[in-house]
Amino acid sequence: MVEAKALVKRFGDFEAVRGIDVHVRRGEAFGFLGPNGAGKSSTMRMIASVSPRTDGELTVLGLDPDREGPRIRARLGVVPQQDNLDSELTVRQNLQVYGRYFGLSRSHVRRRAAELMEFAQLTERADDEVEPLSGGMKRRLTIARSLVNDPELLLLDEPTTGLDPQARHLVWDRLFRLKSQGVTLIVTTHYMDEAEQLCDRLVVMDGGRIAAEGSPTELIRRFATREVLELRFAPGEQEPVVGLVDDLADRVEVLPDRILLYTGSGEAALERAHARGVRPVSSLVRRSTLEDVFLRLTGRSLVE
Amino acid sequence: MTSAAPAGRVVGSWRAAWLRVEGHWTWYRRYWTSTLYSTGLQPLLFLVAMGIGFGSQVQPGAATGGLSYLHYVAPALLAATAAQGAVGESTFPVLSGFKWQKDYLAVTATPVTAGQLLGGQLLWVALRLLLAGIVYVLVALAFGAWLNAGAAVVVLVATATGVACAAPVMALAATTYDEGARFITLFRFVVMPMTLFSGTFFPITQIPGALRWLAWISPLWHGNELARGVTLGGLGVLPALGHVVFLLAVFTAGGLAARHYFYRRLVV
Ligand SMILES: Nc1ncnc2c1ncn2[C@@H]1O[C@H](COP(=O)(O)OP(=O)(O)OP(=O)(O)O)[C@@H](O)[C@H]1O
Ligand SMILES: [Mg+2]
Repeated sequence: MVEAKALVKRFGDFEAVRGIDVHVRRGEAFGFLGPNGAGKSSTMRMIASVSPRTDGELTVLGLDPDREGPRIRARLGVVPQQDNLDSELTVRQNLQVYGRYFGLSRSHVRRRAAELMEFAQLTERADDEVEPLSGGMKRRLTIARSLVNDPELLLLDEPTTGLDPQARHLVWDRLFRLKSQGVTLIVTTHYMDEAEQLCDRLVVMDGGRIAAEGSPTELIRRFATREVLELRFAPGEQEPVVGLVDDLADRVEVLPDRILLYTGSGEAALERAHARGVRPVSSLVRRSTLEDVFLRLTGRSLVE
Repeated sequence: MTSAAPAGRVVGSWRAAWLRVEGHWTWYRRYWTSTLYSTGLQPLLFLVAMGIGFGSQVQPGAATGGLSYLHYVAPALLAATAAQGAVGESTFPVLSGFKWQKDYLAVTATPVTAGQLLGGQLLWVALRLLLAGIVYVLVALAFGAWLNAGAAVVVLVATATGVACAAPVMALAATTYDEGARFITLFRFVVMPMTLFSGTFFPITQIPGALRWLAWISPLWHGNELARGVTLGGLGVLPALGHVVFLLAVFTAGGLAARHYFYRRLVV
C-alpha cells in the first residue's frame, strides 16, 4: 500500500525526515512510534499526498503522490493530528460536506453520514453544532469523517492524544473493526500501549530516522528483557546505589527519578538488591514494554 | 458500516470549486441572518442617507451629468459596497481557513486541490455579491433610483468589481501568518480612502490633478465608471473596454498570486 525508500523531508535547512524506508502491506496496522519532533507527522503528510517529498521514492496505493495526488487522496482517509472540523456546521453537515469533495452523491453522503454517526456514537448529537462538542467527540467525528469515502488506507496521526481512557478504548475498538473489514491502518503515536494494542508492525522513529522495525513483541524480545525491575529512591539517594546494583541485571538504565534493571526475573533481582542493603522508596516488577525498547534505542524516554 | 460503496473519486476542477461553494452554502443557510446587516441593511442606509437625505441638498449639475444625486450615487454605492464586502470576505475568513478553523487543510486532504479551493472561494464571493446586489437593486428600485433596465447589468458590474478586489486580497491573506493586523490597516488606509475618493460620491475631477492617479489605479473607480455607464449612459465603448480590461487585469494578477500563495501555504 505504501512503499518508501530513502524518503527525505526538509523544511528549509532543517531535515525533519532523514531517509526512511517503509513498506506497508495491505490489511495490516502499521505504526510510527516516536517522541515529539521525530518526524511522524511529516511522514504522514507525505503519505497523505499533501506534502511533497524532498528526496527519495514514495508510492502510495501504487501511485506517485507528486503526480497523482488527487487520485491517491480520493482513496485515502486522513485523521490529522489537529482536528480541522468546520466548527460552525453540525456534526451531520461536517460529514456530508466533506463527503461531497470525494465526488459522492448527495443521497450517498446522507446515508453514509447516518452510518458513520452511528459508528462513532454521535447520532444523538447529529444536528448539534460542532463547536461545543467535547474534545473526544470532535476526535471521533474527525475519524468518522475520514471514513466517508470508504478509504482503502486510513492515516491516523495521534488518533487518541488528549482523550480520556474510555474514549481511547472506544476509538481503539472502532479501529479494530475497520481493520477486520480489511482497511489498512497507519497510526502514529507516542503512547506505547496504543502501539502495542493496535499495530501489527511498527517502526520506532527518532530524530527523523527509523531506529528499529518489527512487531511489538519482536521488538520487545530483541531490545529488552522479559521483565524490568524499577527502583525508586528519595531525591539524592539514588546516585550511591547505582554501583551496588549494576551487576544484578543484563542491562541497567539510570533515569533521573529511578533505576531500571532489565532481567529475566525481576523478583530475583529485587531479592539480591535487598540482600545488598539497597532500600528503595518503592520497587516494581513489570513486563518490558515498547517504552523500554525506545529507551534502549535512543537513550531517552518516550513521553517526557 | 459496509455500504455498497462507490469509493471516493476525483472530480473536475469546476465541479470541485462548486463543491466548495456548496459547503459555504450549507453554512450560509444556517447563518444568513448574521450577514443581513453588512450585505443588506448597510448599503440601504447609505442609499437613503446619501441618495435621498444628502442628495436633496445637491443641485443636479455638470458633475452629476444633470441627474439627480440619487440617480448619480445609486450605481456607485452598489459597486463600492461590493468592493468592501469582497475585501471583507477575503481577509479574516480566508485567514481562518489557513490558521484558526484550518478547514482549508481539511479540504486539500481530499481530492480537491489548493487551486480549486481558491476557485471555490472566489466563486463563493461572487455569488454572495450577486445575491446582495440583486436585493439592493430591487430595494433601490422602490426608491426610484434607476432610470432604465441598465439596473440589471449593474449587478454584474458590481460583482466583477468586487471579485477583482477579492483576488489580490486573498493572496494577501494567504501570506498572513499573524493575527491579521494588516487587514485593519488595509481597511483603514486602502479600502476606506478608495470608497471615498474613487468617484463614488463625487467625480474624481474634484481631486487635485497630482493625486488623481490614485483614483485611476483603484479598481473601484473603474467599477464606478462602468456602473454609471450601464445605468446612466454617457460612457464610450473604448473607455468602457478599458475599465473592463483593467478589472480583468487586477483579477488575473491577483488570482495568479493567490494561487501561488495558496499552494505555498497548503502544500508544504
Ligand atoms: N512546516 C514546517 N516548517 C518547518 N519545520 C517543520 C514543519 N513541519 C514540521 N517541522 C519540523 O519538523 C520536525 C518534525 O516534525 P513532525 O511534526 O513531523 O514531528 P512529529 O513526530 O509529528 O512530532 P509530534 O509528536 O510533536 O507531533 C519538527 O522539528 C518540526 O519543528
Ligand atoms: Mg505529529
